[in-house]
Amino acid sequence: MSSHYEAPLRKPLVIGDKSYHDVTVDIAAPIEGKANIQWWIVFGIALSAFLWGIGCIIYTISTGIGVWGLNKTVGWAWDITNFVWWVGIGHAGTLISAVLLLFRQKWRMAINRSAEAMTIFSVIQAGLFPIIHMGRPWLGYWMLPIPNQFGSLWVNFNSPLLWDVFAISTYLSVSLVFWWTGLLPDLAMIRDRATRPFQKKIYSLISFGWSGRAKDWQRFEEVSLVLAGLATPLVLSVHTIVSFDFATSVVPGWHTTIFPPYFVAGAVFSGFAMVNTLLIIMRKVSNLEEYITIQHIELMNIVIMITGSIVGVAYITELFIAWYSGVEYEQYAFLNRATGRYWWAYWSMMTCNVFSPQFMWFKKLRTSIVFSFIISIVVNIGMWFERFVIIATSLTRDYLPSSWTMFSPTFIDIGIFIGTLGFFFVLFLLYARTFPVIAQAEVKSILKSSGEKYKKLRENHE
Amino acid sequence: MATNKTYWKSIDQLDQDNPIVAKLEQDEFPQKLPKDFNNQDSIIEDNSSSRRDFLKYIGFTTAAATIAACEGPVVKSVPYVVQPEQILPGVANFYASAIADGYDFASVLVKTREGRPIKIESNTESPVLGYANARVHASVLSMYDSLRLQGPKVNQSDINWGGFMIQFKEKLRLLKSSNKPVILLTQTFASPTTHDLINKLITKYSNISHVIYDTISESSALDAFENIYGKRGFAEYDFSKAETIISIDADILGDWQGGGYDVGYSDGRIPKKETGKISRMSYHMQFESNMSLSGANADKRIPASPSILKNILAFIYGELSNQRVKSKLDPKIRKAALLAIKKIKNSGSKAVLVSGIQETKAQELVIAINTLIKSQAFDAKNLKLTRQGNSKKVDEFVKDLIEGKIAGLINVGVNPVNNLSEGIKIGEAIKKLDFSATFSLKMDETASVSQYVGALPHYLESWGDYEFKTGQYVLAQPTIHPLFDTLQFQDVLIDIIDEKHDYYSYIKKYWTDNILSGHSFSQTLHDGFFIKPLLNRNIEMINIQDMLIKANSLCVEKEKGISLILYSKIGMGDGQQANNPWLKEFPDPITRVSWDNYLTVSKSDAESIGLKNVNVANGALNGSYATIKVGKTKLTIPVLIQPGQSKGTVGLAFGYGKKLGLKDEMQTGINAYSLYQNQNKVQQVSIYPAEGYHEFACVQLHNTLMGRGDIVKETTLEIFNTKDKEYWNSVPMVSKNHIETKVTSPEVDMWQSFDTSIGHHFNLSIDLNSCTGCGACVIACHAENNVPVVGKDEVRRSRDMHWLRIDRYYSSEESFDSDNETKDNISGLGDSLTTFGEMENPSENPQVVFQPVMCQHCNHAPCETVCPVAATSHGRQGQNHMAYNRCVGTRYCANNCPYKVRRFNWFLYNKNDEFDYYMNDDLGRMVLNPDVVVRSRGVMEKCSFCIQKTQKTILDAKLEGREIKDGEFQTACSKACGNRSIVFGDVNDKESKVSKLKENSRMYHLLESVGTKPNVMYQMKVRNTDKT
Repeated sequence: MSSHYEAPLRKPLVIGDKSYHDVTVDIAAPIEGKANIQWWIVFGIALSAFLWGIGCIIYTISTGIGVWGLNKTVGWAWDITNFVWWVGIGHAGTLISAVLLLFRQKWRMAINRSAEAMTIFSVIQAGLFPIIHMGRPWLGYWMLPIPNQFGSLWVNFNSPLLWDVFAISTYLSVSLVFWWTGLLPDLAMIRDRATRPFQKKIYSLISFGWSGRAKDWQRFEEVSLVLAGLATPLVLSVHTIVSFDFATSVVPGWHTTIFPPYFVAGAVFSGFAMVNTLLIIMRKVSNLEEYITIQHIELMNIVIMITGSIVGVAYITELFIAWYSGVEYEQYAFLNRATGRYWWAYWSMMTCNVFSPQFMWFKKLRTSIVFSFIISIVVNIGMWFERFVIIATSLTRDYLPSSWTMFSPTFIDIGIFIGTLGFFFVLFLLYARTFPVIAQAEVKSILKSSGEKYKKLRENHE
Repeated sequence: MATNKTYWKSIDQLDQDNPIVAKLEQDEFPQKLPKDFNNQDSIIEDNSSSRRDFLKYIGFTTAAATIAACEGPVVKSVPYVVQPEQILPGVANFYASAIADGYDFASVLVKTREGRPIKIESNTESPVLGYANARVHASVLSMYDSLRLQGPKVNQSDINWGGFMIQFKEKLRLLKSSNKPVILLTQTFASPTTHDLINKLITKYSNISHVIYDTISESSALDAFENIYGKRGFAEYDFSKAETIISIDADILGDWQGGGYDVGYSDGRIPKKETGKISRMSYHMQFESNMSLSGANADKRIPASPSILKNILAFIYGELSNQRVKSKLDPKIRKAALLAIKKIKNSGSKAVLVSGIQETKAQELVIAINTLIKSQAFDAKNLKLTRQGNSKKVDEFVKDLIEGKIAGLINVGVNPVNNLSEGIKIGEAIKKLDFSATFSLKMDETASVSQYVGALPHYLESWGDYEFKTGQYVLAQPTIHPLFDTLQFQDVLIDIIDEKHDYYSYIKKYWTDNILSGHSFSQTLHDGFFIKPLLNRNIEMINIQDMLIKANSLCVEKEKGISLILYSKIGMGDGQQANNPWLKEFPDPITRVSWDNYLTVSKSDAESIGLKNVNVANGALNGSYATIKVGKTKLTIPVLIQPGQSKGTVGLAFGYGKKLGLKDEMQTGINAYSLYQNQNKVQQVSIYPAEGYHEFACVQLHNTLMGRGDIVKETTLEIFNTKDKEYWNSVPMVSKNHIETKVTSPEVDMWQSFDTSIGHHFNLSIDLNSCTGCGACVIACHAENNVPVVGKDEVRRSRDMHWLRIDRYYSSEESFDSDNETKDNISGLGDSLTTFGEMENPSENPQVVFQPVMCQHCNHAPCETVCPVAATSHGRQGQNHMAYNRCVGTRYCANNCPYKVRRFNWFLYNKNDEFDYYMNDDLGRMVLNPDVVVRSRGVMEKCSFCIQKTQKTILDAKLEGREIKDGEFQTACSKACGNRSIVFGDVNDKESKVSKLKENSRMYHLLESVGTKPNVMYQMKVRNTDKT
């Protein structure tokens, strides 16, 4: 029993009287059962939003970027705000599955699957924006260093946008591989339980012939570790590079060396919030409350609180450095950010991101499901505003006052954003019905050490 | 994979021994089929083509034929049957010509490509108004106006010219036989032959009388001159000779007395070293009600209402002539007037006083003052003849017309129905006339009520001769075959008086007989101008009495209500070119509002009446409507709060609000002529707030400089003369290892520099002292570079496409200097919050500065590093290139441009019905410059330093095997800048003007501290301000 030993101090990660088989049945249930009416309603809403978004995208591409609210001074607003927001959300998955794996945080096992699925789906949303924000998206492939016959044309490796292309595509592919590797034993489990031949065929195809041999498990562990090692720097690099889009520019309010750590912290912050949003709903709907416990939510809340505070420090540092720099443009940019025409966006950001997570210092609040859910939504609103504040308000007033103007979104801007929300939820809802949403193989590995039943058994024996 | 299965082809095969089967199996064909009927089987067999190849070929050719059969875009190009001698495809021809549309008069060069005029440039060699303003530059587009009259009409139905003339002459004959009075109402022609023809017409038809009508009257100045000198014309002013310029409501940089004074004015505004170290420049003081371009450029500007302006003029006259004038001035204005007098006295004959007060007495006083001080800038010997209208005669004519005293009316180049306040009545009266004819470019308000409508050709399709100033002649020649079935009015006249010539021969004969005195006509036509040495240049004052009485009668009481001052905008003039999209989209230099006219109201008046200007969510400007009442006429007009507007006055520009002959999108603004009673620009009005807000299309939404003195550097003449350059034009410093280093030093440069020493390296210098903000460069750039017009809605969304813009800043305190001081003295957060908030509002009478900004062509360009596809990159000659074809439109470059000069094609602006401006019709597209690509949607564009022009210069010199002289390199803007404040050239040529300007002590780069190392430089502004 020594290998299963875990200090009794630690709270159980699986609640209830669970056997290995119970775990299997619980996790396979949403896939094997029929969707209920709520699922269809939510799916219907998400799908309509998605289709509306597609309509807006088609209109944009066929008519021109002019259908958005941008102007000669503000060249980026909702498009890149949404892009950074979605990339940020995509941060939690890899952090949970890779970094926490390396740190041997067992509590990640109940949530890493969905967190990573969320990562992939949100990176897909993020990836849409750099393409559709182009004036000529049909030439988007020019961003790739593809040998061509146009002459000596080559991409510009100095451009942070090009770095983005590599960063995002690497992140997406590594995350996808990591996710899928983890899925293999679970998909094989579904395959083995499947009764309908079509379903069996599909699951056997996507489980890559997992047989459950000891060698399979050994390789699985090795690959997981290697991928975790690969993915960990990516957690830092992706948002660092996204922040370079701004940090390397000359725009006051963008040109800030603090951006890389600040963006990474913000990304983890918003990612964890989104994980909380999704899991709080999912554990209820899919009856997974015994796997995704209050303990999980509390731990997530602590991360949100800490990263929120880091972001808060970053905000204040920015203001301080602007003052300390003595550069008048820099000073005015931040003064304008906090007190100018877009003061409401700045203070929404401050309230949502810096003040609201501080409630998590109270145990009662951070273990409250309803409160956690509300904060998770608030944080994501705040993080959207953070990107809007940085991108749009800095552009509205930069160097020459003659060019100062403002930005107001059109219904197309809004429609595309709603469309990506719809697309995200369409993907996530389909995922929840077709994939094992909890890494059951991993959960089973801690069942005897961290399961409530076994912990109690141990206690009684001693 | 082959299978080993065998198939039976028939039952007989079962029997393996059947000989027939065996034989047939061996020998399917009884004899060999010939492959080729020419018995050349061996050749075919040698050929390696297989059946597969055959199928490939047939498949390929079928597919190719199918694809080829699909219809591609067919662009018809018709070759010349006979190649004209002078037209080489790809090579531009230039012709000297002249515009004289009754409002704008200038010697121009017309650039034609493949036989079509595409651009107007100043004829800089011509001393006779050789300066083309924004409207003249834009006039080429007015020729390609698809709504022009395309042929003559009688009673609204089309007719040919032959038929038209027969009817027209018959009608004239009938009128003559019954001796009914006919009025010939024309624009100012200033044309010797036209006047000759009109005289002949009147000799032949004694019932015709000629009335000259200027849409915007300058009658008072003409009357004054006539009263004093006995001749009708304007005195000429040369402001380059003036040390002190006192202007009382004369917009000398606008259209005052025909305009064209910018060049001389600017010349005197550049501080020049004279004796020793001291530099001198002219001092300009402006008293005015509206904020005009001249007021914006003045060293001291005093806002005053029209009555006060009259008092000031009288007061100055009194003081200078040592007579007591009963002027009523409050102490503040009196102090300013005394300063003006002091300045005049100090400068002696180098002072000049001008006025735009539209009263004959006032204009007589101006002449009296200038003669009194013996002003060198004032010249009564060379009469300027570009306005000849007589308001009294026009009034009489209108009265007669309405009362039915005349039987016939012939309008030429004028539109009285739209442009006179009694327009509606005039229209009704014209309908009732026996005979009415209008010769016009457009089916305008007057033409549409006339029986006979003659389609006039555009000036680029016409012959013409002009005498802009006495003895200074100009020739105009057609540069394209008339696009439509048009006939010049002069040809009509020739027909009526039964001369045998066409107008060209008539001009030639007239010039040879009367003007050229032996000089070659062809040479004159080539040059475009001819100066006749005048033998007797003396002009006598015949009447200069009663000036004191006149001065006293100008000392009127202050007006009780609000005065409306009607003015003309530099972009629209009298409104002839209202259907010109370039001019509609041209932002007014002062207000920076395009597409509209508006009531300019001072801030305090707006507050007391309850009028507002607000910015909506996307920053765009909204203005309240106000109802104004002049006599019985009521109009509802959008309001723009204008800093510098004198309290108790409001302004409104002419030229807008036309409906007929304009595309729907172009029908913007309010017709101010309906308030132009008695052709008097000052009217007493009452103003009430009206419901709702007007949506303006303003390109600059923030008006002040926010104390950012390093953007527009300026100093005073005194400091400029007495202090070190380090004091008034220091380079920003940056700390490196705790050592303060100049930002321009290579020490603090982290970039590898391009080697700029080889070949040409282009630089452009803009002198903020001589730039008056006139905007000719903006239109020239528009024309040269095929810049699209995007329309009012898009401009309102801050999406104007101008490659070159002229930023205008107001100071938020009295001067920019005190703004800078205020900003520097901010202490603490609370203070900065309130102070910056206050700095957003312009002062009631602000200092104004203009700053043309185009792509700065940075040597360390922020845009170049961020483009992911390297669509924008640096050229060998210093330009920052933009490869439109490579651009994918991420707009990162525009975001990262500190100067915000990059313009994005948000939509497809050509051949798109949503943007129904000149690029959407075949005729309008003829103006496009074939050397510059028309950009598609989704790409970024910006100033290219007119690379098509510099390359042309380089290639021409190479072909001719010579070095390029300084001044050969030109951009559209530098070429258009009559004030020579934009200078372009090669800095690797150390002798070039631009090289010297680079070393000039006033030189600075915009946002030097960002480290972009621009190739555009500015010469900082020196103000000739007093401490008092």
